[in-house]
Amino acid sequence: MASQKDIFIAFFRSSILGFGGGPSTIPLVQKEVVQTFQFLDDDEFTEILAIGNTLPGPIITKMAGYIGFRVGGVIGMLNALAATIIPSAIMIIVALTALNEYKDLPFIQGMTRGVMPVIAVMMGVLTWDYVKKSTLALGWKWAIILFALAFTAIILLSMHPAIIIVALLLCALLLPVKKEAR
Amino acid sequence: MIYIDLFLAFFIPNIVGYGGGPATIPLIKHEVVEKYGWLTLSEYSEVLALGNALPGPIAIKIAAFVGYDQAGILGACITVLATVGPSLALMIALLGILYRNRTSPRVQRLSKFVLPAIAVLMLSLTFGFVETTVTTIHWLPAILLLVGSYIALEKLKWHPALVIVLALIIGGVFLS
Repeated sequence: MASQKDIFIAFFRSSILGFGGGPSTIPLVQKEVVQTFQFLDDDEFTEILAIGNTLPGPIITKMAGYIGFRVGGVIGMLNALAATIIPSAIMIIVALTALNEYKDLPFIQGMTRGVMPVIAVMMGVLTWDYVKKSTLALGWKWAIILFALAFTAIILLSMHPAIIIVALLLCALLLPVKKEAR
Repeated sequence: MIYIDLFLAFFIPNIVGYGGGPATIPLIKHEVVEKYGWLTLSEYSEVLALGNALPGPIAIKIAAFVGYDQAGILGACITVLATVGPSLALMIALLGILYRNRTSPRVQRLSKFVLPAIAVLMLSLTFGFVETTVTTIHWLPAILLLVGSYIALEKLKWHPALVIVLALIIGGVFLS
């Protein structure tokens, strides 16, 4: 059993130093739980990460919750989650609430206009990341076919994205698996 | 009932959002901007901007703010719970099964098959942001800011938080 204080520090530090969302925080978590506090060894960490990736939702809270649970029981899980979630939740609520207070000031309105192009670029870069990930995972032929299907369903037919994703998940589970493709 | 709506608005994106928190950004946008109308697209981009400038997981920050904005502290707790709870519960409950089947092609395919759909959603959100940018500010500063932030982020590899703070200052001074 790890001490609750260590669990808290490990996840607090990695979350508070992790900019750019959960996935970019993974190496920081690894450093804390494998090297600094030695809750797990490297192989176990990689295994847990791989399993976490077969499930939906934010990866970092799955890691925190599971590792906290494993080394500190239910209290450890809640502790690790609190350390990951609470600091950034409070910061964003304070920052945006303060911004909304002064919404009508021209300076604040200008700030909003100025930052939108940056977010557009970041979203564009993220899009390209996922296009690359798709072609890497599926091969370009299947990636393009699924891309076109998803585009037709979501953009042209305005179907709810969750329906498309559930359909794709069912395909992944039910379609026959080619015996030793390579 | 606002609490049920808040729960569903975050439960659905996170239970189908494969590929980590960022993959859920366009899915959450579908719920909070289009379905429930809690935020406009430009308000959503503000949340993303400050979310990216502050540390910690992005999906949590969106959830916490929208929940708080709509229904106070209890709202924030519900949206965060809807974001974190279901996938963590699956992880703890199914770890044994997933571990035994971790090399099964079907299990490995799960997250792969979803990637192209996530990419389409992200692409459409990107277009939404570009369109709003070009319609709210003159096309010339819009293009300058788009190109400038691309160079700063991708070519010069500046820290995203730095680029966002600079854009906030430039916008406040020149676009007010």
